[in-house]
Amino acid sequence: MSPFATLFLRDVRLAARSGGSAALALSFFALVATLVPLGVGADLHLLARVAGGILWVAAVLAALLSLDRLFQGDYEDGSLDLIALSPLPLELTALAKIAAHWLSTGLPLTLLSPVLALLFNLPPPATLILFVSLLVGTPAVSAVGAIGASLTLSLKRGGLILPLIILPLLAPAVIFGAGAVSLALDGLGSSQALGLLAAFAFAAMLLSPFAAAASVRLNLGG
Amino acid sequence: MISSLTAEKLACVRGDKRLFESLNFRVSAGQALAVEGANGAGKTSLLRMIAGFLAPAAGRIVIKDAGGENDDPEERGKVIGWLGHLDGLKPQLTVIEQLNFFAHLYRRSADTALLEQVGLARQADLPCRYLSAGQRRRLALARLLASKRSLWLLDEPFAALDASGQTQVAQLMARHCGEGGIIIAATHDPLGLGNESLKL
Repeated sequence: MSPFATLFLRDVRLAARSGGSAALALSFFALVATLVPLGVGADLHLLARVAGGILWVAAVLAALLSLDRLFQGDYEDGSLDLIALSPLPLELTALAKIAAHWLSTGLPLTLLSPVLALLFNLPPPATLILFVSLLVGTPAVSAVGAIGASLTLSLKRGGLILPLIILPLLAPAVIFGAGAVSLALDGLGSSQALGLLAAFAFAAMLLSPFAAAASVRLNLGG
Repeated sequence: MISSLTAEKLACVRGDKRLFESLNFRVSAGQALAVEGANGAGKTSLLRMIAGFLAPAAGRIVIKDAGGENDDPEERGKVIGWLGHLDGLKPQLTVIEQLNFFAHLYRRSADTALLEQVGLARQADLPCRYLSAGQRRRLALARLLASKRSLWLLDEPFAALDASGQTQVAQLMARHCGEGGIIIAATHDPLGLGNESLKL
């Protein structure tokens, strides 16, 4: 097995075992999506209108819950030193961690979203677009989040600063993702919004491993 | 296999404090160097500097091998076996999963015989959260052996180990030097290898 696959599988395994945060993120997503219709009331038209935005924001916040531990766990117990000395470059280390985070958090959130869309009375065509937008967009959340996680890895309460760093950077994902759902709701084509979302996610995945690796290097010397 | 490691006029600054400066030493293949000094003297900083995590404030570290001299920290990292003061173990993973992970990460084949060597064969399927401090140390040692690197950087290699564990570590270190490896260890106890020591 290659070093990349080894690290990827270990991170997925850690997220799935007890103490992993994948289940936590999923429950958080489900709870927020259940509470909003209770708070907004039974205006079905209104609920369908806000569904895209609320579910996208809830998914981003849920993914945030597990992002702060992306590098921090390995940093605190000394594993990161050993990983840094392995044949795997830190850039690929970051990419493996991003991929593992997406598989254990982003993908389950995406799979759950059509069920939660029912609570918002979202019509099936718009639900499909929501599903596709999350599928395409959540990798960007993991990738941009990795930059924030690597910057805050040596901070004791880094999880509190992390949202301040990455939420502004994720604005494009939320705008295009929720926008695509709105367009579908109005019966308009949403392929352009989805295309921009995919471009954003692609750029984030391509560039963020370099930023994260540079920041991990700085922190290892600290 | 590297033939020597040389430090030239190394200096270390942490915050505003100058921990050491103009530090020169040389370790050749088959030799061990004990780094001694009071708490906070910079022993761990020196090891992190050699590992390439920390940039020296001045001076350089050069390794020499068949291909010539090299002072690039990234290149140096490829020959380093690291045993830090942290064990780097995940509580959720079992002993054998842990060892396999690091072996594959270092492109080595995992070898369960290593667990027997450090006295952990019976604990192979136990999650690491149930290990004692000494057993965690033994697993970290097995991982160091699995990495098959020639330059060992050890931070307090005897910490938390019982008498038999300490003897075992001493034997492993002697064997590593015998095979032409290099050991640099930060320690308060004598290594017992007829080695030189460096006072910080």
